[in-house]
Amino acid sequence: MPVATMLLDVRGVTKRYGGLVANSNISFQVGYGELVGIIGPNGAGKSTLFDLVTGFQPADKGQVLLEGESVTRLRPDEISRRGVARTFQKLKPFTQMTVVENVMVGAFQKTTVPARARREAMEALDRVGLADKAEAHARVLSTGQRKRLELARALATQPRLLLLDEVTGGVDQRSIPALVDLVRRLHGEGASLIVIEHNMSVIMGISQRIVALNLGEVIADGPPAVVGRDPRVVEAYLGQAYVA
Amino acid sequence: MTAEVLVQGLVSGLLMGFVYALIAAGLSLIFGLMEIVNFAHGEFLMGAMFATFWAWALLKLDPLVSLPLTVLLLALFGLLVYHGLIRWILGAPMLAQIFATFGLAIFLRAAAQALWGADFRLVKGPLVDGRISLAGIFIGLPQLVASVGALCAFGLLYWFIRKTETGLALQATSQDRQAAMLMGIDTQRMFALGWAIGAACVGAAGALLAMFFYIFPDVGATFALLAYVAVALGGFGNVPATLLAGVIVGIVEVLGGLLIAPALKYAVVFSLYLVVVLWRPQGLLGRF
Amino acid sequence: MPPVARWPVVRWTGAGTLLLLLLAFPLVFTQPHPRHVVITIFLFAMLAQAWNLLAGYCGQISLGHAVFFGAGAYTSTLLGKYFDLSPWIGMVVGAVVAVAVSQLIGYPVFRLRGHYFAIATIAVGEIVNTLMINWDWAGGARGLFVPIKRPDSLANLQFHQSKQNYYYIALGLLLLAFWITRKVEVSRMGYYLRAIREDQDAAASLGIPVAAYKQRAMALSAALTALGGSFYAQYILFIDPDSVFPTALSILICLVAVLGGIGTLWGPLIGAAILIPLGEWTRIYFGGTGKAVDLLIYGALIMLVSVIQPGGIMALAQRGRRRTG
Repeated sequence: MPVATMLLDVRGVTKRYGGLVANSNISFQVGYGELVGIIGPNGAGKSTLFDLVTGFQPADKGQVLLEGESVTRLRPDEISRRGVARTFQKLKPFTQMTVVENVMVGAFQKTTVPARARREAMEALDRVGLADKAEAHARVLSTGQRKRLELARALATQPRLLLLDEVTGGVDQRSIPALVDLVRRLHGEGASLIVIEHNMSVIMGISQRIVALNLGEVIADGPPAVVGRDPRVVEAYLGQAYVA
Repeated sequence: MTAEVLVQGLVSGLLMGFVYALIAAGLSLIFGLMEIVNFAHGEFLMGAMFATFWAWALLKLDPLVSLPLTVLLLALFGLLVYHGLIRWILGAPMLAQIFATFGLAIFLRAAAQALWGADFRLVKGPLVDGRISLAGIFIGLPQLVASVGALCAFGLLYWFIRKTETGLALQATSQDRQAAMLMGIDTQRMFALGWAIGAACVGAAGALLAMFFYIFPDVGATFALLAYVAVALGGFGNVPATLLAGVIVGIVEVLGGLLIAPALKYAVVFSLYLVVVLWRPQGLLGRF
Repeated sequence: MPPVARWPVVRWTGAGTLLLLLLAFPLVFTQPHPRHVVITIFLFAMLAQAWNLLAGYCGQISLGHAVFFGAGAYTSTLLGKYFDLSPWIGMVVGAVVAVAVSQLIGYPVFRLRGHYFAIATIAVGEIVNTLMINWDWAGGARGLFVPIKRPDSLANLQFHQSKQNYYYIALGLLLLAFWITRKVEVSRMGYYLRAIREDQDAAASLGIPVAAYKQRAMALSAALTALGGSFYAQYILFIDPDSVFPTALSILICLVAVLGGIGTLWGPLIGAAILIPLGEWTRIYFGGTGKAVDLLIYGALIMLVSVIQPGGIMALAQRGRRRTG
């Protein structure tokens, strides 16, 4: 595949914590405008993978290439400035700031003028449907709203690649469809996304491709229909007894 | 500087190291339980030393005799501090936690000054006095007894944490608060207990030090800083490791004074702190 | 508590009136003592404001800030004493020295978080204090006398006849601190500092070079504090490690900011306006033991503030306003 069509190229990435291998020789690619879902049982190494790609943890082996350029040894803020944004599984809103100020912090990556940043922030809030809560304090938001806030903050950095760690985790049933719709809409607008998600029906529904992890290794990589029927995937989630 | 002076210094550093270890153990225990640094730890020590002094001055009790009383007194004080202050800032932002014990430290130091003045006091004619000579090395008897006493207290603490049910509950709370709660351990009681024991350690150390050390309101400050270094060296929360760490601090202090300059010995120790936390933030031995 | 983006007219009028009152103060109160008290208030408000930049806005709690105060005081005094340099130039050089020291300290120490960082700043403060006590060329424990220059002149920054000019210079420094803080507060830097304070990882994930911004806040804070130190030297005309480097000074600076309201623009001034006269009063009332009673009250106040309202008086005021508004 020619280099230009690959946004993200993860090659043989390995991460060990003492005796525990969190990620073992993981390789996969994300193309422009693709929505790739990452699935795997707890402890499979999904969040570690995100940490490695975004620079929060150093990889022991392997490379991460963004549009052909290596970002393997870079700090998180350097990677962010190269166009990779992420949300966190354990949400991290800036609680002492208002909603719009939260997003402005993201917007400031592209401008130094506060008024401009505010405008961009309001636009991002609009996209995620939180514009009416702009002046509220971040700490009064519900989990679903916080997820949107974190998303808006990430969007304000105008990323080329967006990593979402657990879209529906902790969100009440009623709010899930709207959130999923939002992710679909972003993808429809041309965003490139990698999404970690536990909710099977959600992830299978929105992904163009699924990468399945188990015990730190990639066990399947392909369209949702194929991966969903892959015996290794079934075994990882449900156990040997369920493999057809 | 001769080998003799060096060995003499190392021995005295080692002896003091055990006392530092005892002080640091209390600090480490508290931090391990609730991630709060007791910035008033030095003042607890100062309080114990003054209690011992007054027991001697007013009741004619030798430090070794009043030691159990001092330990009990400090344990109660630790409980008081927990229920009166710490309990209210458990969930508070770190700034509030730092300033709470910081404020307590200032308050206690000022109270001692206001009550007893800035004069240096000394227990004169303790039960244990004089020097002995071991293989050509001179060791002050009070220092030796203090050191051995500290080591014993440390051993007692270690046995308590590792071998008793309450001690295990303490360890559990320290390692994973939520899991401990799920197992039915009353974490509030554990916290209070932690403070009581931490203060008791300092109480013992203070009583022992009072045998030969000058006592004055600011005396806790230096010990506290040395204790921070020892806790950092051993790993915040790793109580057994503070034994080794305390000894290292004691030896570095002496070596710093001998090899560089007596006035700068503390500067050397603090530089050690900076080196340790930067090079190995989890301490030489890590957590538990 | 987010800073107000634009000051409403009410606030401008209030601030303006206050400024006029402060400008007129020495014309009304001509005795040296009241002027001295207010000068001290200005000085500590300014030092607290400088500390606030690093600790309040950026969340890095430094408990050894006296290092920069002393750096300013000693640099300008030594330059004046040995090289006959004007204290104004000395002030600027002092700020530069403080910035250099701050970057040196910051580089290793900023890798630490929370309690480790606070302890490290205490350690640095103690190390510097000890070094200065033993540095004889710089006066050692005996301290340094600032060479007396007569007649009074602005160029020499020494006035012996009256405190009036000291008053206006101190006020000027305070206004400078206010202005800088306000500028930072509403700029991108202000947002970035606050983000770092709230959550360093989230901040980094948004592209903020965390270490670099901490260093910047530190540099700004150190420079302002050093200016205060140089002023102090010229005002008191004697400095020694015990007066410009002790942990007690670092503590007082923190307390002023925390009591008034950490991370707010007006907090430091409010804190100073309460604590300095309080200190004066205890000193006068209790005489020799005054120092201890001072600290007793300070300690109690710090504990109370941290338990009841870590946001200080400003936070209390906000709560009150929200309830009635």
